Amino acid sequence: MSISIEEDLVLLDVTAKDKFDLLSQVADRLFEKGYVKSSYKDAVIAREKIFATGLPTVLGGVAIPHTDVEHVVSPAICMARLTSPVDFVIMGDDKETVSVDFVFMLAMKEAHAQIELLQNLMGILQDEEALRFVKTEKSAEKIAAFVKERLAGTAE
Amino acid sequence: MSKKQVLVACGTGIATSTVVCKRVEQLLKDNGIDADVIQCKVAEVGGYEDTADLLVTTTIPPREYKMPVVKAVNYLTGMMTEKTDKQILDILNK
Repeated sequence: MSISIEEDLVLLDVTAKDKFDLLSQVADRLFEKGYVKSSYKDAVIAREKIFATGLPTVLGGVAIPHTDVEHVVSPAICMARLTSPVDFVIMGDDKETVSVDFVFMLAMKEAHAQIELLQNLMGILQDEEALRFVKTEKSAEKIAAFVKERLAGTAE
Repeated sequence: MSKKQVLVACGTGIATSTVVCKRVEQLLKDNGIDADVIQCKVAEVGGYEDTADLLVTTTIPPREYKMPVVKAVNYLTGMMTEKTDKQILDILNK
């Protein structure tokens, strides 16, 4: 698979004072590991203000922050789980918020690509058992392996 | 019935519209509707204003357009998707 989903891109027990603090911490990790340019962090925060990415799911709120492809070096997904949720505005809305305790930050390199992977990601968001796993599992390694397998569609 | 043009737009044209685009293509195919489904950024929608029959979007359109708009965030969360299917089909079958 051409997208990186690694143990060191799974942040557990994150504490953030609000969504921007959270986005900043997750973007920092992607930058430290070399997946995104230094411009990514500001871009993903700016984009969240205009195009919100909070999604109410069958098991609480999830957000899928992302931004334009030019800020990305190598495609990756960084996950973060919060000790206590922060509010995100719901995608497609301008005021209504959802309480988010898990984010999948997407660093995509090409527009209109990775269709199967993205569909599989939305599959996780629609699957209560899968969400329960990522929201409760203690091992970052197991979470990364689980998501990687689900996004690939088949076990590697 | 002449060929329809359907726009699918999100903020960046990267993630959500890719998924919604696939879903809309399948919906139209299953219902025998002949249409071009075009994926774009919401900022590009204005360029299709005179030709598009419908805008399907996961974000808030920055202004009013000539074509009708259907919000499709529930295609991502999988909740109440039948309602969105019906809205799209009703507009294109008019």
